[in-house]
Amino acid sequence: MTDATMTPESARPSRSLIHEDARTKKRNASERRFRAYGIAAIFTGLFFLVALLAAILSSGLPAFRQAVVEVPFTLTQEQYDAAEKALLKTGIYTDYFVTSLTQTMESEGVEIEFDEKAIERLLGKVGGDLRKFYRANEDQLEASVSFELAAASRVDRYLKGTFAREDLQSGNRFFMPEDFDLIDAMRDAGLIKQVFNWNFLTGVDTGVDNPGGAGIGASVLGSFFMMLVVLVLSLPIGVAASIYLEEFAPKNRFTDFIEVNISNLAAVPSIVFGILGLAVFIQFAHLPQSAPLVGGLVLTLMTLPTIIISTRASLKAVPPSIRDAALGVGASKMQAVFHHVLPLAAPGILTGTIIGLAQALGETAPLLLIGMVGFVARYPGTFVEGFIEPNSAVPAQIYNWAARSDAVFTEKAWGGIIVLLLFLITMNTIAVILRRRFERRW
Amino acid sequence: MPVIWLTLIVLTISAVGFLMGRRRALVSAGGDSRNLHSLPIYYGSNALMKSVVPALGLMILWLLAQSLFIDSRIVQMIPESEIAEGSNIGLVMSDVRRTADGLSKAVDAGLLDDETARNAESDLEDITQRLKDAGQVVTGQITQTVLQASQAYRAMSQTSNLLMTIAVLIVAAAGAAWGTMESSKSFRARNTVEQGILALLIAAASVAILTTIGIILSLIFNTIEFFRLYPASDFFFLLEWAPSFSGRGGASSLGILPLLWGTLYISLVALLVAVPIGLFAAIYLSEYAGPRMRSIAKPLLEILAGIPTIVYGLFALLTIGPILLSVFGDNGLGWMQGQRAVLTAGLAMGIMLIPFVSSLSDDIINAVPQAMRDGSYGLGATKSETIKQVVLPAALPGIVGAILLAASRAIGETMIVVLGAGAAARLSLNPFEAMTTVTAKIVSQLTGDSDFASPEALVAFALGMTLFIMTLGLNVFALYIVRKYREQYE
Repeated sequence: MTDATMTPESARPSRSLIHEDARTKKRNASERRFRAYGIAAIFTGLFFLVALLAAILSSGLPAFRQAVVEVPFTLTQEQYDAAEKALLKTGIYTDYFVTSLTQTMESEGVEIEFDEKAIERLLGKVGGDLRKFYRANEDQLEASVSFELAAASRVDRYLKGTFAREDLQSGNRFFMPEDFDLIDAMRDAGLIKQVFNWNFLTGVDTGVDNPGGAGIGASVLGSFFMMLVVLVLSLPIGVAASIYLEEFAPKNRFTDFIEVNISNLAAVPSIVFGILGLAVFIQFAHLPQSAPLVGGLVLTLMTLPTIIISTRASLKAVPPSIRDAALGVGASKMQAVFHHVLPLAAPGILTGTIIGLAQALGETAPLLLIGMVGFVARYPGTFVEGFIEPNSAVPAQIYNWAARSDAVFTEKAWGGIIVLLLFLITMNTIAVILRRRFERRW
Repeated sequence: MPVIWLTLIVLTISAVGFLMGRRRALVSAGGDSRNLHSLPIYYGSNALMKSVVPALGLMILWLLAQSLFIDSRIVQMIPESEIAEGSNIGLVMSDVRRTADGLSKAVDAGLLDDETARNAESDLEDITQRLKDAGQVVTGQITQTVLQASQAYRAMSQTSNLLMTIAVLIVAAAGAAWGTMESSKSFRARNTVEQGILALLIAAASVAILTTIGIILSLIFNTIEFFRLYPASDFFFLLEWAPSFSGRGGASSLGILPLLWGTLYISLVALLVAVPIGLFAAIYLSEYAGPRMRSIAKPLLEILAGIPTIVYGLFALLTIGPILLSVFGDNGLGWMQGQRAVLTAGLAMGIMLIPFVSSLSDDIINAVPQAMRDGSYGLGATKSETIKQVVLPAALPGIVGAILLAASRAIGETMIVVLGAGAAARLSLNPFEAMTTVTAKIVSQLTGDSDFASPEALVAFALGMTLFIMTLGLNVFALYIVRKYREQYE
């Protein structure tokens, strides 16, 4: 029988390893499409990351720069005496300054008419500053002194290009249309330069009438005190809780209940912790509102689950042979844990704690509820006051600025985010270094 | 005596106790620590523990009980008639506390002598003026009742503080003495101390339970209070959210439905962004990408998870909003009015959730056994067919769990919606319109005003309760699904 070899030619599928048939082509195309979706998804994610960072840097970096007007100025003895005798002393100083500035600009080949009102709008109360300087340094009379005067926030924004002539419909007491010409003139004369804005880092929040002077310093301190509370409370409580659950807890209902509680707390929205803080710490216990102490307590409760979970993981990573060896040479269970297991788990615990702290540092919502968004314009006086006096925190301050409609405050909000992210990056880097350096693989 | 000083004195007493307990044990052993049952440090620690723990515990309990006790006594002193129309006992009490605080500060500053501060017949206007001089925030004129109540409040607080100081010091000293007396060479100090430490460890672990109880109680009590002032049926079924800003007007409409709609709509937009991107990224990273690509792309994506939500909020308001407005706004398609909209907040939230979805799904996909893939390849399936028909169905319960967890995150997210979603509560399908959410309204109802007694403020607790129950339900369900799925392969 030759049937097997006599199979008709047409019945054989026309497949070849070299030439793909239609179905294979379709399947391969679908394979490529699927792969492309994956790559596209990853790149979309990365694109969002880049866009976010670009937005932060491009909008936030200008907050760290500030325009100053540098003017050489000479005051003679007679001028000084005359001014000190006059009735409106600072007014005279302003006049001197206007004259001197006009001369300086003329020598640079720029001619423009302006009055002391314009100077006040652009550079603030110059006369007062000059008078204060010369009264303190009488020996500087007759000598040429170079003054660096911080420009008003609108000047700053005009120079940075975020405030154009078209934006100003009509003049007000803060800014007049002709001031643009004066700024241009001073820029042409080479008097304006950009310097690093230290005031943004060290200053305190200001009212809506002085957006340029607002700084983030006081709220950084508020955040610092909060983190101190979080560290002091959550590290010992978290480590103690993890040691109990990991090393001592018998397997029973109570332990299960604690575990369920911890995993649920880790997923409770942060704003609910804010409600808890408001109801328990402020309504019930009458702790001071807006105080970093209360903020710290709320954030402690919020970060505890994170710290407990990471501490338990690092305790679990210590091999049982360590415990057995300690018990074998006569240590009690408590001694074995505290003298041997805990030190070996310490790097992991520290890493987890730092990451928990970083999370707490960026948290905003609970702070809004306990009132840490108020307008605060001073540093705490003493160390204890730092905990109980009303203060803000960096993220709350950023929110506060973002909620104001002034464009200068918006810029400050982005600048504040850079400060916040720098802190977070530092903390996370320390955590990564600790892990790399001390982590032991058993 | 301020609490901080009292704490320091207690610590000093216990330090002395430590030294004495240790010394006494050594003396009883003839100076040779080998004759002791435990190491010398345990004898000291025993005395230290017995002095510090009860003393500080008593202090904390006393402080808590004191405020409750004094409040209830003062409340009895204030007759119903004194509570002004529209006001309530809570407001009067905070007035009393503020006045009492003011009196103490004025006495400290020397503007008021102690005698006048205690004298019930003092001239009201004089006292008010003096308090204002002392820089105290006094609202208007103090009434006779408030003054008397605050004087009683002050007197009771002072007595209570004095009693507490004495009691705490006695307990600390007695504890130190007890621990010292126990110290002798046959005393099993280590066992005692270790039991004490174990008790402290259990107490620390119970903080999690206490927190949960605290959350539940603070939500429940205030929610009940809210429903006493405002009908529950209106809260659950009214289609309008319009709190009256005058407070106590009684004309507020506080229906939760528009807020819930806003919350769910924004979360839906966020999930529509996050789930496809996160899921495909996870699939690519776990099934296709080589170790190099994986080690670069995964941490980069996870940076998105480490960025604080306030940053996303600002990004939504100041970057996404204007971009959307320029495309869909009046200059573009004309669909969008302002930069705050459902889409603005939803997009920012979606970006935030990408790493959340991708890393959870990544773990779950990796947990699918390799044998299942190999089986599929052996039958001639391509890689994508294997993923679509074998790996994903196997991982589906876990992925659903991950999506539910992401949804619970989205529902509880606050800062993005506060900044990006707007303040007007609307029941609308248009994603270009501003809407508001449960969390945003909790913030706006509770910030600024320190009066927690009006229905406009208390409604925040009812909203919080709703939020808590929703997220808790989602989490428990998601964890149940994930756990059940994991058991199949282990």
